[in-house]
Amino acid sequence: MQTKRTIFGNRVLPYALLLPQLAITCVFFLWPAGQAFRQSFLREDAFGFKTRFVWFENYEKLFADPLYHNSLWVTVIFSLGVAFLSLATALILALAVDRTLRAARTYTTLLVWPYAVAPAVAGIMWWFLFNPTIGILPYVLEMLGYDWNHRSSSVDAMILVIVAASWKQISYNFLFFVAGLAAIPHSLVEAAAIDGAGPMKRFFTIIFPLLSPTTFFLLVVNVVYAMFDTFAVIHATTEGGPAQSTNILVYKVFEDGFIGLNLGSSAAQSVVLMAIVIVLTVIQFRWIERRVQY
Amino acid sequence: MVENRPLLNLLSHLVLIAGVVVVAFPVYVAIIASTRGPTDFMSGLIPLLPGPHTLDNYRRIMFSGVSTSGAPPIALMMTNSLVMALAIAIGKIAISLISAFAIVYFRFPFRQLAFWTIFITLMLPVEVRIVPTFKVVADLGMLNSYAGLSIPLIASATATFLFRQFFLTVPDELTEAARVDGAGPLKFFRDILLPLSRTNIAALFVILFIYGWNQYLWPLLVTTDPGYYTVVMGIKRMAEVADAIPQWNLVMATVVLAMLPPVVVVVVMQRFFVKGLVESEK
Repeated sequence: MQTKRTIFGNRVLPYALLLPQLAITCVFFLWPAGQAFRQSFLREDAFGFKTRFVWFENYEKLFADPLYHNSLWVTVIFSLGVAFLSLATALILALAVDRTLRAARTYTTLLVWPYAVAPAVAGIMWWFLFNPTIGILPYVLEMLGYDWNHRSSSVDAMILVIVAASWKQISYNFLFFVAGLAAIPHSLVEAAAIDGAGPMKRFFTIIFPLLSPTTFFLLVVNVVYAMFDTFAVIHATTEGGPAQSTNILVYKVFEDGFIGLNLGSSAAQSVVLMAIVIVLTVIQFRWIERRVQY
Repeated sequence: MVENRPLLNLLSHLVLIAGVVVVAFPVYVAIIASTRGPTDFMSGLIPLLPGPHTLDNYRRIMFSGVSTSGAPPIALMMTNSLVMALAIAIGKIAISLISAFAIVYFRFPFRQLAFWTIFITLMLPVEVRIVPTFKVVADLGMLNSYAGLSIPLIASATATFLFRQFFLTVPDELTEAARVDGAGPLKFFRDILLPLSRTNIAALFVILFIYGWNQYLWPLLVTTDPGYYTVVMGIKRMAEVADAIPQWNLVMATVVLAMLPPVVVVVVMQRFFVKGLVESEK
């Protein structure tokens, strides 16, 4: 591991400096994670009198549970929906900003602030806009012949949470795409233009391929965001319904643990989620290592 | 821009204007709703033009709260949010600065282990270990307190990495000069390293303030006493009751107040915000 040529010699000081960080990490991160791991192998009766070691029974039950399958499936659709919608919108906006000269800064300021809006707040605002009785969007949709109701329709509810979660994420993706576009060598694009390639052709043969590392990185970040940071969007709006149709994995862990009080199953779900985070983090870091070589 | 194509330029501006409008629309509707009276939301369509009840609505939620939902006045919830956001931002920056300093400027047994322990926290977001973490906080008697709201979220691998990365770029000559002049590690840290890290601290502060202010699940779990509700989680309780008797004007006034502080921070400190966002992903 990298270190300095000039260092300080002191036996106690470094430990004292690390103490606050390590203490909090152990008490609030490692210990609870260990507890979740232990709990996932235990079964507790309804009153918490007896606990039994059950090996992988919690996991077996979990993977046989159709509700869990449903939740996995819902999470996949939701994450991909959020990633696709927010990436596509952000890319179009970033390409447009790349063509403007003086106005670029103003547009950027006008587009980045939603990053600061809490997911819960974003959820409530879209919930209001899509309100089946008085909302504006259902009114417009009705004129187009679509009867919107996210309280009863699974598809409508899913669209609602995807839109609310994506809206907040556009600004983040936008900033990274703008940075990615700025890093593409101008000479390449100009050479292609001289050879007669139009804007569309240049985008698909030069700009998009050179942007693919950024896109891939953002894809991972967006999937992580959709899987773990959108609890508030779901909780503030659909609460997993109607009929489990928006019950993503993090929401289910919360619901089973705090409302259903099924601790064994909730712990097993936590462990599965940790495994997913670890895989995604490793992918993200490998990508960064690769980027350094450019 | 490679060639001048007026039509394409026009299209770019149109796309951007459309984007800005779509992005701003929900907030516009929320602001309008917060200026109307309660009867405007019974039937028909959400109003799109401002009404005369702005001061009424804001004064009411700020200082007396909404009695039907049992929510405390927003002024109190905003204060709680502010305390939590500042405690998380400042706490994270402080403990990350000193632990990065220890890792970069000292050589000691278990240095590698300490580094990896901090690294692991990246992989354990609150959402995946809610129940056991809640138990720990409950056992420590930290429910319904500012300490319970902030301390469990203070450990941060990203901030530590950022400062470690930055310290590694600080020239060794500075350290040597400081040592020749007889400065100990703490004096070097305070008089040389801290002033050099100013920009990084500001950039991280913006990101972490937003992170702290926007916390939802954690305050939801550790507060049962309305005196400790934060505004972002309080909205949900208001909206829930408002579903029966829709007091959308008050809910939307709360929404506007809840997003105001972080949005102002981002707009005012945009340069630091962009830097913080890009750097903290490295």
